[in-house]
Amino acid sequence: MAEYKLKTPISEEEIRKLRVGDIIYISGIIVSARDKAHMKALKEDLPEELKKYLKDGVVYHVGPVVKKINDKLIPISAGPTTSIRMEPVEHEFIKRFKVRVVVGKGGMGDKTLSALKEFGAVYAHWPGGCGALAVNAIKNVKKVFFLEELGVPDAFWVLEVENFGPLLITMDSHGGSIHKEVSEKVERNFQQILEQL
Amino acid sequence: MVNLEKIIEDTAVKMLQLAVTELPPDVMNALKKARERETNERAKKILDTLITNAEIAKERRVPICQDTGLIIWYVKVGEDFPIKSKLYEILKNATIRATKEVPLRPNAVDPITEKNTGNNTGPHVPYINWEIVPGNELHLTVLPKGGGSEYWCRLYMIKPIEGLNGAIKCVLQTLKEAMGKPCPPLVIGVGIGGGADIALKLAKKAILRPLDDMHPNPKVAELEQRVLNLANKLGIGPMGLGGDTTCLGVKVEVAARHVATYPVGIVIQCWAARRCSVIINKDGSVRYLTHKV
Ligand code: SF4
Repeated sequence: MAEYKLKTPISEEEIRKLRVGDIIYISGIIVSARDKAHMKALKEDLPEELKKYLKDGVVYHVGPVVKKINDKLIPISAGPTTSIRMEPVEHEFIKRFKVRVVVGKGGMGDKTLSALKEFGAVYAHWPGGCGALAVNAIKNVKKVFFLEELGVPDAFWVLEVENFGPLLITMDSHGGSIHKEVSEKVERNFQQILEQL
Repeated sequence: MVNLEKIIEDTAVKMLQLAVTELPPDVMNALKKARERETNERAKKILDTLITNAEIAKERRVPICQDTGLIIWYVKVGEDFPIKSKLYEILKNATIRATKEVPLRPNAVDPITEKNTGNNTGPHVPYINWEIVPGNELHLTVLPKGGGSEYWCRLYMIKPIEGLNGAIKCVLQTLKEAMGKPCPPLVIGVGIGGGADIALKLAKKAILRPLDDMHPNPKVAELEQRVLNLANKLGIGPMGLGGDTTCLGVKVEVAARHVATYPVGIVIQCWAARRCSVIINKDGSVRYLTHKV
């Protein structure tokens, strides 16, 4: 288990080094996207500037709580949302926008796992509910896309972060998935418990 | 003359702020105890992170989790408490104010237009559960219920022949499917009996009980302990990444069932098991039950 500090834009080579169980810290730019943002990105052509932030970049499954401070919207709590909701579309999202790191909670399925392998990306896990801690790393809101149309939680927030982590790599680009491992173990425990009920 | 309406509204705003920024002591203690008992290294680290996060949120008075929930109120109004039918409007206003002042994340979406209403209100929301009780006090509890855990709530209508073991199986099945997605370690509310709606209502009310309380019916208390032990044997662990701590508590409530049906309502609450309760007297005095103010 190793620890890495990554800076966006992130190369495929850096990603291929990572294995499940590794810890990463990210500095640079991350972009938030939940269900609606994913759908929009796949249905319409996104602004070039936003595409630039996504390429070799980081997508974070988050809908922050924001507070208006001196006329600027600042996230004050920004933990991850349940990633599996994006499972039907994440493969295409990674493929189209060349995203290198997907940050979320709860893990994702086989389709995403195959995209990580094919296009060179990882899934990094941030403990769900830890929104207060996550904002420590957010230094600035660079831009917000489609705030009016999508609403606060669902807009694309482009955030400048410093040492965002520790993020645990739970799915890597070599087919490894801690979520799968634990699921298999839980299934065995479940069957055993039922037999003894 | 005290302005009771204003006291209620201000208190309700304060309750929302306290609820989303500070875990009640029973939840905090349960997390710390679980951390001491945990044997899995990864799980220990995650529990540490959860505890640190909760401490930072309290200190800075910012939301523990960015999902500040759909707002649900439980109201017990004394029959001699002077304000009754106006309470809905007062609590609705408080919800709108808290959304701006705390702030809360606007989470209420109209399912027909798909528009976020922007202020955490909408048809039937905030939802209010009413009870009329003797006395001259108003008991208020707020439950800001997160979506990630709510997604995994389930209703099972099992065969009466399957009985309690069948109900236990439903709980374990739900947990196994959910894995890390509802943000374990969890609090599980189980409602057994009644009709379909009653089982779920009881299950949701059950998650408001302090984690360290004991069910007054010893048979139910024993069942709660049994389900808790079995759930923690699954090995799901904090955030579903393995470990001993899958659940912090299991709370069961029962209602008589129809001879031919056996409803099992399961409500899943995440580790950020937020709630706040107060009692407001008709003289305007306020007592906080879950938080030090
Ligand atoms: S399940 Fe709970 S802790 Fe997890 S993101 Fe939702 S509200 Fe937050």
